[in-house]
Amino acid sequence: MEFFHSVSVDWLGKKWYFLAFSLIFSVSGIISMAVHWAHPQGGFRSPVPLGVDFRGGTQVAVQFTQPPNIEQIRQATAAAGIRDVSIVNYDVASKHEVLISLPEQHLESALDTGRQQIEDALRAKFGDNSFQIVNVAVVGPTVGKQLEKQAVLATLYSLLGMLIYLWFRFQLIYGVAAVVACFHDTLITIGAFALLDSFGVKGLEISLTVIAAILTLVGYSMNDTIVVFDRIRENLRLSRREPLPDLVNRSINQTLSRTVLTSGLTFLTVLSLFIFGGPVLRGFSFALVVGILIGTYSSIAIAAPMLVAWQQWRAGAGNIAVLPAARRSKI
Amino acid sequence: MKKNLKQKIIIIIGVLVVFLYGAFFGFDAPSLGGDQPLVSKLTQHIHLGLDLQGGVHLILEVKVKEAVNTETDNTVARIEQDLKTGKLGFAQVVKPDPEHHPEMIRIEGVNPAQTGAARSILDSKYSNEYDISGPASDNSFTVTMKPNIEKALDDKTVQNTIEVIRDRVDSLGVSEPIIQQYGLGDNQILVELPGISDIDRVKTIISSTARLEIHAVVGGPYPDEQAALASVGGTLPPDDELVHGSGSMANGSDADSVYVLQRVAIVAGTDFRSADPGTDSNTGQRTVHFTLTNEAGDKFWDYTSQNVGHSMAVVLGGRVKEVANIESAIRDSGEIRGSFSQDEVTILSKMLRTGALPASLNYLEDRTVGASLGADSIKQGVTAAVVGVLVVMVFMLIYYRGSGINADLALFLNLVILLGFMGFSGATLTLPGIAGVILTIGMGVDSNVLIFERIREEMRAGKAPSAAVDQGFAHAWTTIFDTHVTTIVSAAILFLFGSGPVKGFAVTLTFGLAANLFTAVYVSRVIFDAHVNNLKPGEVVSI
Repeated sequence: MEFFHSVSVDWLGKKWYFLAFSLIFSVSGIISMAVHWAHPQGGFRSPVPLGVDFRGGTQVAVQFTQPPNIEQIRQATAAAGIRDVSIVNYDVASKHEVLISLPEQHLESALDTGRQQIEDALRAKFGDNSFQIVNVAVVGPTVGKQLEKQAVLATLYSLLGMLIYLWFRFQLIYGVAAVVACFHDTLITIGAFALLDSFGVKGLEISLTVIAAILTLVGYSMNDTIVVFDRIRENLRLSRREPLPDLVNRSINQTLSRTVLTSGLTFLTVLSLFIFGGPVLRGFSFALVVGILIGTYSSIAIAAPMLVAWQQWRAGAGNIAVLPAARRSKI
Repeated sequence: MKKNLKQKIIIIIGVLVVFLYGAFFGFDAPSLGGDQPLVSKLTQHIHLGLDLQGGVHLILEVKVKEAVNTETDNTVARIEQDLKTGKLGFAQVVKPDPEHHPEMIRIEGVNPAQTGAARSILDSKYSNEYDISGPASDNSFTVTMKPNIEKALDDKTVQNTIEVIRDRVDSLGVSEPIIQQYGLGDNQILVELPGISDIDRVKTIISSTARLEIHAVVGGPYPDEQAALASVGGTLPPDDELVHGSGSMANGSDADSVYVLQRVAIVAGTDFRSADPGTDSNTGQRTVHFTLTNEAGDKFWDYTSQNVGHSMAVVLGGRVKEVANIESAIRDSGEIRGSFSQDEVTILSKMLRTGALPASLNYLEDRTVGASLGADSIKQGVTAAVVGVLVVMVFMLIYYRGSGINADLALFLNLVILLGFMGFSGATLTLPGIAGVILTIGMGVDSNVLIFERIREEMRAGKAPSAAVDQGFAHAWTTIFDTHVTTIVSAAILFLFGSGPVKGFAVTLTFGLAANLFTAVYVSRVIFDAHVNNLKPGEVVSI
């Protein structure tokens, strides 16, 4: 069986469509993030919905024996004098689970009082046997800041590492094009969280595991781009007279089969994770689902055209394929 | 050619056996049969992270400034002694800001004629550990603990705290607790206790009874802090402090009471050698019978014989437990009669036996994962993994026919090697770690796709089967190498910067990709070679 028999699509010719598509998604992502920033929740400002890792505060997952009534829970906490509570249904309704969140406590010595208050309030209203605390996370400001720093550093180092590796294996422009594509992917993926949030889909938050997913998809997008670049490099060595856009198109078409298959298969496995993997991994798998699609797209739509555009700009007029075939180190 | 192939097949089978062994037995001796089903042996060597087992995760900050304060308090006493012995006049020796600068001591109002002598005494006795400056224009000296000494003290405090916590946590009966320094030089400790769900009990055992001390009482009890301050003229002198009484004081009242105590304790912490629960024969109240070390006993004797008729307060965990009148000199043992709860007495005894915490603790983060959530997570993760693997395997069979079997075999071997790695290294499997396995499957299959697509291309260009296979592998190798290296770099960074669950993800991803480099290139190649050798002339590779 074979899906792609001698494909020959003019990818570079469609670059304006691609650019428009990317712009639409990037811009809507940015707008959603701006909107999210403008509406701080619980006294906390951020461009995307953040998990408790970064937001700090208290998050308690409570499972009830009966289907919980959010209004009643809200009354219970209000009666106990707890303010700024956020209560949402957690995972599927049939599990009777509710997620109760409190904003960050600035006084570290009072870190645990929120959880205690919630527990007491629920016990007072519903009695001891009708609920069970399933999961608690209390993050103080010190740790919250540390995690933030970790996430930012990890992302920066990753991108830097990739850039250096590609510079070493190819040429600088390849590295830059790949990093720009990765950056584009990261922006759209994070924007997707804000976008869905503005459409009312709650529960998808950026936590430390989501950052791990984003770093993974950066690696994945890089992989994809490398496959295309590898083929371009091979073809450049073989035919130095072919016009660059044609050569790049041909390279993409040759690798299309592999690209679609791999992305498709990886996508299916990640989709399986999204559907079956449970609420704890939902943000993580969502980031991967979006990331894999966008990562595949960006290798064709962003990285390759960038190579050509740069070379054409450098060469002035003329479509001669003068892109230097990168060093090929012996492995 | 054929002999070479046989060797390679033996190597592959060897690898399979070794890693299967690792998955089930790790580095231990094999033990088949017995009462445990084989599957549970699989899970024995693979540690489950907290998010899969359920348990408590705490990050504590050690308030090292308190330990510094204790040390400088001792130094204050020694300086006073030295100055008195040297017959040098001075107004007082104080710490101007014990809360923010516990390392600083000031000697005030030194007799101007004696500043030279004072300086030489200070230099000779304290200049190893302290920086001495003075005399200043107001005839004062400033003695500051050297930064490297302070740092060493901080580190020692954190290490001691870890030891004490480890001892105390022992009593909870947790298997495989994790108690270790956390972060980079911020005096933080990580405590992870799998299988525990009652976080309040954990906190009580770890930290609520921080220090046992006996202080001289300056005044009290007062009904609140304002009244207490009023008694000393509105502002608290630097060597006094306000301490609240606890709810369970001997006088039986629930109302708050505030005492003014001398900041420097008479005896404290490690001065106590033991404490045992007892009962007062008259009242039936629980009491604590304590003994002091010899050194501390001497100190105590000196103090109590000079202060008969005054009061002293027993302070436990920062709260006054009992106030006693000094009726006669006490040397090294006594009885504390506050009304203690059973828990308090047991914890106090254990605490004094294993050692008091050198400084108190702040909680920075606490997470509890219920065991049922952990079990759910495992179930969901495994389901997702199984579905993912099946989908991929079936697809490869349909799309690549005979070679699909090749890919599926490689995939299976990949998983075995991954499990084996986990078993050998004792790495922890977390929920993101399971996701890492799933991702490895997806990315691992990529290598196969790269090779197969290339082989198809070569065959389409008319090459013979063995040449097509050769070329396919040769061209695909660089790409496979590049993509694996970049992802492993990514995973390494995640491992360095990530927290527990994320580290688990980085580990399984790295192991999986390393395994994949072996299976996709070596194993697949061997299977292809075997297949090609068996082809009749004119037949093509089933791909």
